[in-house]
Amino acid sequence: MTRRSRRPRNIGAHLVLLVGVAVLVFPVYMAFIGSTHDAATIGRGRLPLTPGSHLAENYVQAWVYGTGERVSGTPVRVMMANSLVMAIVIAVGKISVSLLAAYAVVFFRFPGRMFFFWLIFITLMLPLEVRIIPSYKVVSDFGLLNTLAGLTIPLMVSATGTLLFRQVFMTIPKELLDAAKIDGAGPMRCLWSIILPLGRPSIAALFVILFVYGWNQYLWPLLITTERNMDTIVIGIVKMLGTSESLMDWNLVMATTVMAMAVPIAVVILFQKWLVQGLVETEK
Amino acid sequence: MKGHATFSNKLLPYLLVAPQIVVTSLFFVWPAAQAIYQSLLRSDPFGLHTKFVGLDNFRALFADPYYLGSIRLSFLFSGAVALTAISVSLLLAVMAHKPIRGARVYKTLLIWPYALAPAMAAVLWLFLFQPSIGILAQALQHAGIGWNYTLHGGQALLLVILASVWKQVSYNFIFFLAGLQAIPKSLIEAAKVDGATSRRAFWSVVFPLLAPTTFFLVVMNTVYAFFDTFGAIDALTKGGPGKATETMVYKLYVDGFKNFRLNSSAAQSVILMALVILLTAFQFRFIERRVHYV
Repeated sequence: MTRRSRRPRNIGAHLVLLVGVAVLVFPVYMAFIGSTHDAATIGRGRLPLTPGSHLAENYVQAWVYGTGERVSGTPVRVMMANSLVMAIVIAVGKISVSLLAAYAVVFFRFPGRMFFFWLIFITLMLPLEVRIIPSYKVVSDFGLLNTLAGLTIPLMVSATGTLLFRQVFMTIPKELLDAAKIDGAGPMRCLWSIILPLGRPSIAALFVILFVYGWNQYLWPLLITTERNMDTIVIGIVKMLGTSESLMDWNLVMATTVMAMAVPIAVVILFQKWLVQGLVETEK
Repeated sequence: MKGHATFSNKLLPYLLVAPQIVVTSLFFVWPAAQAIYQSLLRSDPFGLHTKFVGLDNFRALFADPYYLGSIRLSFLFSGAVALTAISVSLLLAVMAHKPIRGARVYKTLLIWPYALAPAMAAVLWLFLFQPSIGILAQALQHAGIGWNYTLHGGQALLLVILASVWKQVSYNFIFFLAGLQAIPKSLIEAAKVDGATSRRAFWSVVFPLLAPTTFFLVVMNTVYAFFDTFGAIDALTKGGPGKATETMVYKLYVDGFKNFRLNSSAAQSVILMALVILLTAFQFRFIERRVHYV
């Protein structure tokens, strides 16, 4: 291939990619711009394309009070804490639950094993939305509305995690565990000292995916938490959008939005390699 | 799974699967069974009398023009989201896969929207298209287009599609890129030696090899458009104006939690359940085939 024939094609590739990146970044950039002006500037419908001078006060107000003249909300620090707790509890819970189940299914032989496996497997076919009202009723009957348990436990089961760990475990050589058994290690000891270290890359990958999944939950927290101080950040922002959207403290809404996006975006960018691996692995 | 049993404890395996089984039974199996059961009953508004009505709730739904409208809308919506998100991300993945400068930076810059909830994507686009303050809305109005998605159903639908696609592109991008990386370079070079142009090599060698990824993404994008976009619709339009953006899932939510038509919404759940089972079965059939293919 000559130099001349390669160059124009690559310019095309750069162009396409630049346009793609621009379309993805533009709304986030404008949200940031919105968070640096005062409410009046935005309200006039003449938002400049460059940052204004109200950055610090907008962010401080959203973080500490969460409310302005025309928008009422929970302070961002409370909502961020709620989202963080929810995301971590869901991720850790889901990983533990599916890790234990996969360990049992792969390394033990017991009556009902296949039945349990299929029972876990069918959860793939039942998204929350198709069982939402009865699920809500179960949580409410247990008195778990407005509790962390009610918010997280129903989201802790998914077949994906169990299937992923099952696949990982099946690649672990049997001899490794046999050797440990001869050395006198019991099943829990083997889980802790052999399986967990070997499964670490998958656990890390799954954690990133599930953290983002947990942070982004919408319908379930919307139903389960009715107290304002339990609002997660995603719910909180949508609640801020009142009915008359032009008469809003958009500067505070956008400051909140930027802070809400920062956490999961940082996680995805920092752990990009694990995320990509994990996604591609789980869907095999 | 043969030949892997290592331990012979009697009780321990049951303890290990117990958490998963308990939560699955309580929050998956029981609610799903409840939904099916409720869909066959009819209660009066006060819940005093309940009687078995067989498939009457389903018959009523399929005779209801609003429900039929929401089915049509859901398929139109998910078709538009899946088609647009898949083609855009395929184009971006093919370009990012080329040996160009800064390919790694491009990849990072195209992956991060994966981190955002559909509702957050909706808030970002709302800020741009809100009729009186959004800068893109203002630009459209200056151009003489009467942009107000709170009044025009078509515009509302377009905005929800835009936000949903915008968020989904990076997910598809990740899978297409992985699919492209798995294709041996020698295959493409062989095609070129045989005189194929790049374009020809793409459509006759690369694209067919990406077919499993594409089919998988069609299923995932359809599920995403049906279920996960609830947040985007709730943040942007709440199903309106009129019923212009009331998809099947949004209608289920409105009927169940706002109008308290529990039996009808249970029947709607069952219909959606059947749909997901069909999609999953489709996907697994295809994965079977992929096993033979490779």
